[in-house]
Amino acid sequence: MVDFEKLEQDFNVWKARVEKANEKYPERKKQFVTGSNAPVDRVYTPLDQVDSDYSRQLGLPGEFPYTRGVQPTMYRGRLWTMRQYAGFGTAEESNARYKYLLEQGQTGLSVAFDLPTQIGYDSDHPLSEGEVGKVGVAIDSLADMEVLFGGIPLDKVSTSMTINAPAAVLLAMYIVVAEKQGVGAEALNGTIQNDILKEYIARGTYIFPPAPSMRLITDIFEYCSKHVPNWNTISISGYHIREAGATAVQEVAFTLADGIAYVEAAIRAGLDVDEFAPRLSFFFNAHNDLFEEVAKFRAARRVWAHIMRDRFGAKNPKSWMLRFHTQTGGSTLTAQQPDNNIIRVTLQALAAVLGGTQSLHTNSRDEALALPTEEAVRIALRTQQIIAYESGAAETVDPLAGSYYVESLTDRIEKEALQYIKRIDDLGGAVKAIEQGYIQQEIQDSAYAWQMDVEKNERIIVGLNKFQVKENPPKGLLRVDPAVGEHQRQKLASLKANRNQNNVDSALASLRKAASGADNLMPPILEAVRAYATLGEICGVLREEFGEYKPNVMF
Amino acid sequence: MNELVRRCIEGDVRAAARLITLLESQDRDAYAALYRLKDHAGRAQVIGITGPPGAGKSTLADKLITQFRARGLRVGVLAVDPSSPFSGGAILGDRLRMQSHATDTGVFIRSLATRGSLGGISKATHAAIRVLDAAGYDIVLVETVGVGQSEVDIVRVADTVVLVSVPGLGDDIQVIKAGIMEIGDIFVVNKADRDGADRVVRELRAMLETQVQLRGGQAPAGGPDTLAARDPDFMHHAGLERAAPAAPTGPGVPAVPFPPVLKTIAETGVGVPELADAIARHFERLKNTGELERKRLESIRYQLGQFVFDEITHLLSLSELSKVRDDLAQKVISRELDVYSAGVALFHSIPEQGAPREHPQT
Amino acid sequence: MERKIRVLVAKPGLDGHDRGAKVIARALRDAGMEVIYTGLRQTPEQIVSAAIQEDVDVVALSILSGAHNHLFPRVVELLRERGADDVLVFGGGVIPEEDIPFLKSKGIAEIFGPGTPTSKTIEFIRANLKRPLN
Repeated sequence: MVDFEKLEQDFNVWKARVEKANEKYPERKKQFVTGSNAPVDRVYTPLDQVDSDYSRQLGLPGEFPYTRGVQPTMYRGRLWTMRQYAGFGTAEESNARYKYLLEQGQTGLSVAFDLPTQIGYDSDHPLSEGEVGKVGVAIDSLADMEVLFGGIPLDKVSTSMTINAPAAVLLAMYIVVAEKQGVGAEALNGTIQNDILKEYIARGTYIFPPAPSMRLITDIFEYCSKHVPNWNTISISGYHIREAGATAVQEVAFTLADGIAYVEAAIRAGLDVDEFAPRLSFFFNAHNDLFEEVAKFRAARRVWAHIMRDRFGAKNPKSWMLRFHTQTGGSTLTAQQPDNNIIRVTLQALAAVLGGTQSLHTNSRDEALALPTEEAVRIALRTQQIIAYESGAAETVDPLAGSYYVESLTDRIEKEALQYIKRIDDLGGAVKAIEQGYIQQEIQDSAYAWQMDVEKNERIIVGLNKFQVKENPPKGLLRVDPAVGEHQRQKLASLKANRNQNNVDSALASLRKAASGADNLMPPILEAVRAYATLGEICGVLREEFGEYKPNVMF
Repeated sequence: MNELVRRCIEGDVRAAARLITLLESQDRDAYAALYRLKDHAGRAQVIGITGPPGAGKSTLADKLITQFRARGLRVGVLAVDPSSPFSGGAILGDRLRMQSHATDTGVFIRSLATRGSLGGISKATHAAIRVLDAAGYDIVLVETVGVGQSEVDIVRVADTVVLVSVPGLGDDIQVIKAGIMEIGDIFVVNKADRDGADRVVRELRAMLETQVQLRGGQAPAGGPDTLAARDPDFMHHAGLERAAPAAPTGPGVPAVPFPPVLKTIAETGVGVPELADAIARHFERLKNTGELERKRLESIRYQLGQFVFDEITHLLSLSELSKVRDDLAQKVISRELDVYSAGVALFHSIPEQGAPREHPQT
Repeated sequence: MERKIRVLVAKPGLDGHDRGAKVIARALRDAGMEVIYTGLRQTPEQIVSAAIQEDVDVVALSILSGAHNHLFPRVVELLRERGADDVLVFGGGVIPEEDIPFLKSKGIAEIFGPGTPTSKTIEFIRANLKRPLN
């Protein structure tokens, strides 16, 4: 029991005493802030939680509003999925890396595609020159996909694919590969990122304008709810928004605002909210300020639960649960003294675990320089394993709950995120806010402020603006074989020579017809994929029907 | 310098670009060389596109370029954005929306910063238009920052002013009341698929009618215009079913023109061909009625005035006159002279101290 | 009158990360320069065309996708072909140090890696302009 009156008196006396002493021995800085520049008090006490209501605001794990976690037992029941994002070069090379990671104890796959694939271009397209296989694996057709998952049992492994604008096509390829393995779609587990709004906001791999993009997304929701019920049809992402410079509050607010837009679109398309909402998932970042990050995850769960139940009237508790994947923050890692990044990633991973993530990717130390080598990615994986088995963080649920600081942070982030969401609602929703450049401008402003803080040494980054050393250039970085582009072009030529062109033409014609109408696009896309139409051919038809997105850039 | 101008006239993009840079830096030799061109100016139609931020001017310009190119016309574009009053720098972001034309050799796009000018365009804009005209572009689009009452300099440089507004900005009426109505030759309501588009069109037409009524049939400042009388189709294209109501008609009384009010969706290109038509018709009308000559004359008169003004400003900055000015100022401070007498004395010392050169160095 | 320094900030190739390009654009503006930002997905041809029409002093290329060895030299090549030898070209983003000698041999003046303060880039521009400002 806390005697608040007495505590308040004691606190005021203590505060006066400290401030007097500070006159002679000032604190290290005038202002103390979180990683997102929010003010931090000297100490937090029950006084900061005077109005708190445990049952309403926290509750128990696995129960509304899920602040303490979406499952009752969390990691005591099952550890988070250790899912390292990987992919580069050809399907053969990536397949080898996946097998290596699975052998080393990774529990789920996460596929990185190259930029031409993400933007719906084949490897022989003029704009693909120099880009093939560089940031991920090059997939031009079903044939590449079959190689990518060769020898990997799709009924046993869950796969997350970071693909957005052409997500429907890659999902269709995955389904057909499984089919050929004798695995039915209903047995498939995995996720497609499929979040076009954040592409417009922060990531840049869009193809089509908003309206047809939303249609593709809701078509996928509908198709999967019937045929691929264990599939997460979207990973509503805040990771990239944070990487683009957003604060922790903005990360939560803009991600949930995007989520609201998707739910509204699906409802407008005629779906019942409880039909698709249980399969919505999220993807967040983890930066260095451990406490702020933990509070951020907890606040996000609480806000989303209320949105789903109170705003959208969802009835199924699974619709209220915010399940998420986390990746540690790439932009926090330095090219200077790269081994330091292992420590940064550890703190960030710990924050994600203490924050209750469902799956986790840890970055490798060479993040700021290149794609990871085998050794670097192994250390990143071990980071997760040591946290899981040696740190104690997985032995109890939501261990930081009740911390006066963490609960205050959680409340503040919730409050400020809701303010942003209201502002976006006033602008007409996320799509309109993006059209007007509001979200992008907010992010840009935060990014600029951050950079200026670093350059003025108001924010210290170890090895960068303090504790620098003279270094030799790093050795042994991963290089993507430049012959990948040529290799893919040859494969394409061979594919086109050997496939049944009539089947391809007729499938593409059906697709074009469906695109100009209102039918669900998944069936014609599946047909085209089975006929070995290339990704570029399929997206080419859609580009012609839907047009291309023209961004609005503000300064 | 003459070499640079010569290459520019031949259509050398690099030369034209370099010349514009020199003009922006107030290079006096460049100005002299350019303005000595008697024969290579006045061919292009200069179209000003103005309106509040967010109206979609750049996107509209992008689609207009496509239209004009399809009609075989070469297009020069000057996109003006404000300079930062603090640093003097600028981020010029209009080009971004027109970059699809970057590799078309029939299109030249140049971004200009206002560099302290308050009228919505920069001092060098006039000169830059002349450069593009001389280089053989058929159309010169000038896209400006257009907000509020001070940003009307576009009128002085453009033959046709397109005023772009957009529904939902909340202050449509304010823009209209600010006198912007006076300068528009063609009015566009962009993003016409948004709620409120028809309302904005109605409001614009109502304001235009009121303006005409207030004028009571008098010609607007600048001369008579009788297209409404000569061209019945004009009224149809303007979307109006009747002529100016209160204007007295009859022989000898010129009718007042009704600018067209058009709807566009720049993003998808809807309404843009019609806008290009309206622009072409406006230019034809200007030529046929002699209005173009009058406008050009007015523009030259203005430029001559500016020339004198700039010369005097320049001379005052030179050390001899600057010293005279300082001395006179001291005398005012010490009460030897009053300000008026000192001003007159300064004025009279100008011809003594210097005058613009007759023959610029080449 | 002294000329203003004009800079083209460009995103060549398919890379969609524009945080750095936008931060640099703002920093250069705050340092008194005129910055033209091309937006995403620019081909070398588009970049060079813009550079010439805008008569820029500097072309700053930002790329994080690993396609720099192919795209950067092409920009320099096209600038030279079109007679624009007096443009300073440099790059930034995720570019391994071991690629820098190759890029410099192809005419890229400097590469600014992650963590470079904007002030360093600004100083570099001022010290390395190929055309005088007066």
